Amino acid sequence: MSQHDHDAHSHGSVSSYVIGFVLSVILTVIPFWAVMTSAYDRATLFAIIVVTAVVQIFVHLKYFLHLNFSKEGKIDTLSFIFTAIVIVMVVALSVWIIYESVLMMMY
Amino acid sequence: MGTHAAAHHDAHHEEHHDTGRMTTLGFWIYLMTDCILFASFFATYAVLFMNTAGGVSGKDIFDLNLIAGGTAALLLSSITFGFAMISAYKNNKGGTLLWLFVTFLFGLAFIGIELYEFNHLIHAGNGPSSSAFLTAFFSLVGLHGLHVTAGLLWIIVLFIDIAKRGLKDRTVTRLSCLSLFWHFLDVIWICVFSFVYLMGAM
Repeated sequence: MSQHDHDAHSHGSVSSYVIGFVLSVILTVIPFWAVMTSAYDRATLFAIIVVTAVVQIFVHLKYFLHLNFSKEGKIDTLSFIFTAIVIVMVVALSVWIIYESVLMMMY
Repeated sequence: MGTHAAAHHDAHHEEHHDTGRMTTLGFWIYLMTDCILFASFFATYAVLFMNTAGGVSGKDIFDLNLIAGGTAALLLSSITFGFAMISAYKNNKGGTLLWLFVTFLFGLAFIGIELYEFNHLIHAGNGPSSSAFLTAFFSLVGLHGLHVTAGLLWIIVLFIDIAKRGLKDRTVTRLSCLSLFWHFLDVIWICVFSFVYLMGAM
């Protein structure tokens, strides 16, 4: 029981979940609204979608998954950062290679 | 992780705590490998989404109202799971069961919406075998849907476990792993609705 109390701070409180939820709702409504009303040109829409998605991912990591740099939580955060680097390489480099080869075949 | 000088009456307690901590860390590492699996599906989709074989593209088939509904259900399920975790840490069995049940309903709503969408697409002749775009689309969104379905089954199992045996340390550790899994799936969904649906529909 005391162990649960001891842990409570690293697992969030009602208020931290509510803050994360409200921020997520805002960051979800903005891109959906922008795309559904076609309020902006393509480049602006693209930027809005990317920025709100990235910010919302950080909101989830902080408020829902409780990633932090405390002594106990550091290893989770570091393994996430490592994975993120691998993912950037897998996705970005694959896309780069394929798009370049498509261009070369077309011209 | 105490030193040898640490109070001996706490020794068993600490050990127990560490086991739970190692379990959640191990599960987190698994989730990171799952992340890579999703990343490769995203990369495949990014490479293939323009290859529509003369058929429909994302703009023709994505119904953003439906997707907004699914997104809302999944986001609500994330906060209700958070409330279940808080109840569990307070050793509140009734609260944990109630919030787990609410989470299950929202997750079920999400899967229902996804199945409706898939069914609708397949009946309109836009099944996964129609074009490379649709194959990549069904694979990526379907992979996420399968994960959510697995999460729903896991919620049922833990619900029964907690109802029968209460909130033992081991059960709370399992609930922590499911919590990581569930919130992780919501993060993946942010990428899906942003990069597949919103960019496809704009």
